[in-house]
Amino acid sequence: MLILGIESAGAQVGCAVGGHEGVLASAHSGRGRRHAEALAPQIDFVRRQAGIELSEVGAVAVDVGPGLFTGLRVGIATAVALAYGLGVPMIPVSSLDLMAFPARWTARLIVPALDARRGELFTALFRKVPGGIQRVREANVCTPDELSAELEALDEPALLLGDGALRYTEAFTGLRSTEMAEQGLANPSARSLVQLAHARAMREEFVQPWELEPIYLRQPDAQINWSTRTN
Amino acid sequence: MGDMILGIETSCDETAVAVVERASVVRSSVISSQVDQHAEFGGVVPEIAGRAHVREFVPVLAEALATSGVEGKDMDAVAATVGPGLVGSLLVGMSAAKALSLVWGVPFVGVNHLEAHLYASFLEEPDLELPLVVLLVSGGHTMLVLMEGHGRYRLLGSTLDDAAGEAFDKVARYLGLGYPGGPAVDALAEEGDPRAYAYPRSMVRENPETLPDDRRYAFSFSGLKTAVVNHVRSDPAAATADVAASFQEAVVDALVVKARWAVEATGAKGACLGGGVAANSRLRERFLDMCTATGVRAFLPSRAMCTDNAAMVAAAGWWRLRSDGPSPLDTSADSNLGLSLLG
Ligand SMILES: [Zn+2]
Repeated sequence: MLILGIESAGAQVGCAVGGHEGVLASAHSGRGRRHAEALAPQIDFVRRQAGIELSEVGAVAVDVGPGLFTGLRVGIATAVALAYGLGVPMIPVSSLDLMAFPARWTARLIVPALDARRGELFTALFRKVPGGIQRVREANVCTPDELSAELEALDEPALLLGDGALRYTEAFTGLRSTEMAEQGLANPSARSLVQLAHARAMREEFVQPWELEPIYLRQPDAQINWSTRTN
Repeated sequence: MGDMILGIETSCDETAVAVVERASVVRSSVISSQVDQHAEFGGVVPEIAGRAHVREFVPVLAEALATSGVEGKDMDAVAATVGPGLVGSLLVGMSAAKALSLVWGVPFVGVNHLEAHLYASFLEEPDLELPLVVLLVSGGHTMLVLMEGHGRYRLLGSTLDDAAGEAFDKVARYLGLGYPGGPAVDALAEEGDPRAYAYPRSMVRENPETLPDDRRYAFSFSGLKTAVVNHVRSDPAAATADVAASFQEAVVDALVVKARWAVEATGAKGACLGGGVAANSRLRERFLDMCTATGVRAFLPSRAMCTDNAAMVAAAGWWRLRSDGPSPLDTSADSNLGLSLLG
């Protein structure tokens, strides 16, 4: 089954297509958070690079967060419309699962930390298990100091990764057993999304486009923005 | 050029999808309003709106397609509002529209929400004659536009501060009438005396020539709102119905007087209303009287077509597609997008 994956929860926006042969084509861009401008042309580009028609896509995978709300919504709105228009099911995957996935070779505790702005991080804890990784602590939103305190209390070898970890490096420098992953693992990727989603598709872990639930983790600010309504 | 257009509108607090043929036959028009979700805050909360659009989009699309009797593969283009509006809301409809245009292999057309309001009247009355004076009044906009041809507009004037609908919301909130304010004030004003209190009419004179050119068709409602608040504070015994009726009369006076000046000065053949405030019963009555008095043809769109909907977006999209062709897939949403005007 061919899967089209869309990822837009972080500072980058990306799209990939693949199936049992692996990822056939992908695109990523991370300039100026122009997700809404970049995504549709990326989908068309990736489809052509893979040499397929969109009608051959059997499922649409999408990063459902947590992430930056506006970018997240661009990806989700695009993905649900694609899936509904194609008449195919969807595979929702969390941004933090996507970030942990490329680090599945490590025996350390895997700690993705996505920059949530306002001095906070979206985080979760994962551990390697036979055949993949398993989430051992649910996703939450916390400050770098709170995550640092959590890791200190756990006191076991950990691999910290993500643009949030890199931004607040100083909060984690005192942790003896924690290692910091490099830039290459800093963002959730559409390639990982297609790989992870393919395994879930084999187990038929689908949802319908009208059932998809974004993971926000924060309540909306109840602030009325009159100025944006006025010309 | 194809004739069957799917329209998508998500610029504020309504999720709407419609299927319209040749900018004149509405095959379906589905609207899901979030007004209840914003009521407790007394205005639209952007993040709540963005989340609701994501939740509502697929069910609204499904219903619009099912009731239209048109299948996705038979659509000729997909049009969506790209501004002005709340950017986090605009992005939902625009992104979905681009995705559907890729799936169906048809053009995407970005539509200006203000232009869509201008086309709401043409949907119900395709034979409207040009040039046409359009008074566009809603929670986000208050403007007088001269439509000289399709896609050819002259902005005569707009509000210098609050939009008319915003003034209704703020005064209704102060009077404890709830949200949205327009229908609440309209209903209560029925029982009040519009001449009970003489609230100010900003930049309204006997003779328009006494106003400078850039103020002649301009509106201002923040002073009126302040006058109402100050009056109620100093006179707590004032009957709320009289306050509501007098406030509404002041707003309607300013709108109708300037629309009349515009009709007289431009030699327009007709005049029409657009936007959510165009559903106000006093404004409709007075606007119709003004057209009769000046001898021009009046058109008042149905209440359903005044408020935000996607049929008007599909209609405007059809005209845009004919004049400018498809929009690129990297089109941005623009929260402050203005009408493209004649020089
Ligand atoms: Zn509107």
